[in-house]
Amino acid sequence: MKRNTSNFSFAQIIDAALPVFAGLAALGIGAIMLLALGANPIQAYSALLQGAFGSWNAIAETTVKAVPLLLVGLGICIAFRASVINIGGEGQMIIGALAATTIGLVFTDWPGWLVIIMAMVTGFLGGAIWGAIPGYLKAYFRVNEILSTVMMNAIAVNLMNYLLRGPMIDPSQAELASKIPQTARLLQAFHLPRLVPTRLHLGVLIAVILAIVVYVLLFHTTLGYRIRAVGHNPDAARYGGIRVRRQVVIALLLSGAFAGLAGAIQVYGLNYRMITDGSASGFTGSAGFNGIVAALFGQLHPLGTVPASFVFGALLVGANSLQRAMQVPSAFITALNGLVVVFVVSSEIWRRRRQHRRRLEIARSEPETLEPAFATPTEKQS
Amino acid sequence: MIENFFSLTVLVGILASGIRLATPYLYASLGETFGQRSGVLNLGVEGQMLLGAFAAFYVTYTTGNLFFGVLAALVVGALMGLAMAFVTVNLQAEQGISGIGFYLFGLGMSDLLFQKLLGTVETVSGFPALHIPFLSDIPIIGEIFFQQGLLVYIAYLLVPLSWFILHKTTLGLKIRAVGENPQAADSLGVNVAAVRYFTIIQGGALSGLAGASLSIGLLNVFQQNMTSGQGFIAVALVYFGGWRPVGVLLGALLFSMVNALQLWIQVLGIQIPSDFAVMMPYVLTILALVVAVQRVRPPRALSKTFERES
Repeated sequence: MKRNTSNFSFAQIIDAALPVFAGLAALGIGAIMLLALGANPIQAYSALLQGAFGSWNAIAETTVKAVPLLLVGLGICIAFRASVINIGGEGQMIIGALAATTIGLVFTDWPGWLVIIMAMVTGFLGGAIWGAIPGYLKAYFRVNEILSTVMMNAIAVNLMNYLLRGPMIDPSQAELASKIPQTARLLQAFHLPRLVPTRLHLGVLIAVILAIVVYVLLFHTTLGYRIRAVGHNPDAARYGGIRVRRQVVIALLLSGAFAGLAGAIQVYGLNYRMITDGSASGFTGSAGFNGIVAALFGQLHPLGTVPASFVFGALLVGANSLQRAMQVPSAFITALNGLVVVFVVSSEIWRRRRQHRRRLEIARSEPETLEPAFATPTEKQS
Repeated sequence: MIENFFSLTVLVGILASGIRLATPYLYASLGETFGQRSGVLNLGVEGQMLLGAFAAFYVTYTTGNLFFGVLAALVVGALMGLAMAFVTVNLQAEQGISGIGFYLFGLGMSDLLFQKLLGTVETVSGFPALHIPFLSDIPIIGEIFFQQGLLVYIAYLLVPLSWFILHKTTLGLKIRAVGENPQAADSLGVNVAAVRYFTIIQGGALSGLAGASLSIGLLNVFQQNMTSGQGFIAVALVYFGGWRPVGVLLGALLFSMVNALQLWIQVLGIQIPSDFAVMMPYVLTILALVVAVQRVRPPRALSKTFERES
C-alpha cells in the first residue's frame, strides 16, 4: 500500500471535497429557485454572505448559531457511525434545556459557576435519557429509531408546552392575563460568560473542545472502535465478540446527550429563559434537523463537522438578511438545506465507486495485505 | 361533563371524525406500503404531503376547481417521487437520509410558496359531505360512515384495491420479490429499477393526495407545516400494519380514533391538560410499534440499495 501513497492522498482530497461540490450544486439549484422568485441570485447570495460575515458582530452571530448545530452534529456523527439514524435532536434539545433550566430556577442561591456546571451536566443527562429510550427500543424491541425519535420529538414539544404553561411558568406571567408561556429569567450570575463584546459566549469553546473529544472517542478508544464496527457490519461485530445491542443504546444515548447539551447552552448562553411558541423549532431554531445536515456535510467526522456547522450557521444568519434585503422568505434556506442533504448523500456514490476500484487494485497487487476496515492495534490482539 | 361525554351524539361525533381523520394516513401509508414492500424506505412523505397540500390548495384557490387541485397534488407528489427514485435507485443514496432531505425541501418549499403566492391564510370550500343514497339515512351508522367527503370514500376504497394489486397481480408479485430479494428477482428477469421507480412515484403521488385531503378535504386551509408530523406517523403506520394494506387500515383507524377522542376531550373541556391530550397519539404510536414489530418481519431488502453486478 505504501507505494500508492501519492495516488491515495489525491483520492482522499477529492473525497473530502465531494460535499463541497454537492453543496455548490445545491446552491446552483437554489439560484434557479431564486430566479423563479424574481430575485437576482448573485445579489441574493451576496446579501446572504454580507449578513453572515459582513461585520464582527455578524461573524459572532454566525458562530453562535453554529454552536447548537455543531453539538447536535457531533451526536449525529456518533449515531450515524453506528448506523443509527437519530432524527430526535429537536426533542433531545428540548428535554436537555428543560432539565438545565430547572437547575437554574431551583438553586438560585448557589454560586454561579457551580450552577452552570450542574446545568450543563443535567442538560447532557436529560438529552441522554431522551436518546436512550429510542436506543433501547431499537436494540431490544427492534423499533425503528427513525420513527421513535420523531415521536419522541412530538412528546418533548408537548411536555415543554405543558411545563411552560403550567408548573414552570414565570410567576410574574402567571398573574398576568396574557400568560406568556415562558419561565422566569435566569439570574445574571448563571449566564454563560461572553468571550468578546458580542453575543459570542463560552458555549463556542465548549463545543469545539467536545468536537476534539468526540474525535478521540470515535477513532482512538475501544468504545469508538466498537461503535464503528457495529455500524460497519453488525454481524461481523457480533462475531468478534462485540455486544451490538449495547453499542446501539450507547450510540443513541450519547447522540441525545450532545443534543441535550446544545439545548442547555441555548438557554444559558443565549436566551436566559425558555419560551415556547408551541412548536419545537420555536425553541431549537430547527437545530435538531440542521445539525444532521451539518454532520453529513462534515462527512460524519467530528472535526469536519466544525467548519460544516460554521457554514450552516452562516446560511441561517444570512437567511435573515436575505429576507430583509431581497424579500426572500427564510424558508428558502430550509428548502436549500434539504437540497444539500439530498446532493451530499447522492454524491457518496462516487466515493464508493472509487473506493471499490482502489480495493480491487490493491487486491490485485498484494491480496495478503488486505485488512479489515476497522482494525486497530489494540483490538487485533484480543 | 363526564356523563355528557358518553352521550350518543358525542360518540357518533368521535367515530365520524375518526373515520374522517384517517384519510391522510390511509393515502400516505398505502403509498408507503408499496414502497417498503419493494425495499424502499421513503421518509420524505411529510415533505411530499406538504407540497401536495399546498399545490391542491393553491390550484383550487385560483381555479375554483377541486379536481384540478387534486390533480396538482398528484402531479407534485409524483414529481417529488421521481426525484427520490432517481436519487435512491440510480445514485444509490442512503434512503433514510435522502428522505430527510426531501422532507426539509418540502417543508421549506411549501412555506416559501405559501408566503410568496398567498401571503395570508385563506380558505377554500373543499369537498362537501357526500351523502350516499339510502345508506346515509341509516341512523347512527349512516352518520358515521356515509356522510363524508369524496376523498374519504376513495381512501377507504384504496385499501382493498391495494390488497388486490399487492397480493393478486403479477405487478404485486414483482414488487414483493424486489423487496425480499432483489438479486433473485433480477436474475429472474424482473427489472428492479423499474419496479422501484413505479412504487416510489406512486407513493409520492399518494402522499401528495394525502396532503390534498387535508388542505381541500378536511381543513380547507393551508398553513406552514400544517401536516405537523402526520407524514412520519404514516410511515410508522406501515410498520404497525405489518406491511399489509388491511393492517395499515387498522393502524390508521386506531390512530385517528385516538386523535378524534383527544379533540373531543378538548372540545368538551374535560380537565386534562390539552398538551397531554395532544401527546397521546404519539405515545400510542411508540407503544404500537413495540407491539407490532414483534409480530411481523419487515421486507428483507428494506432500505437497502440494489446494484446490478456487472
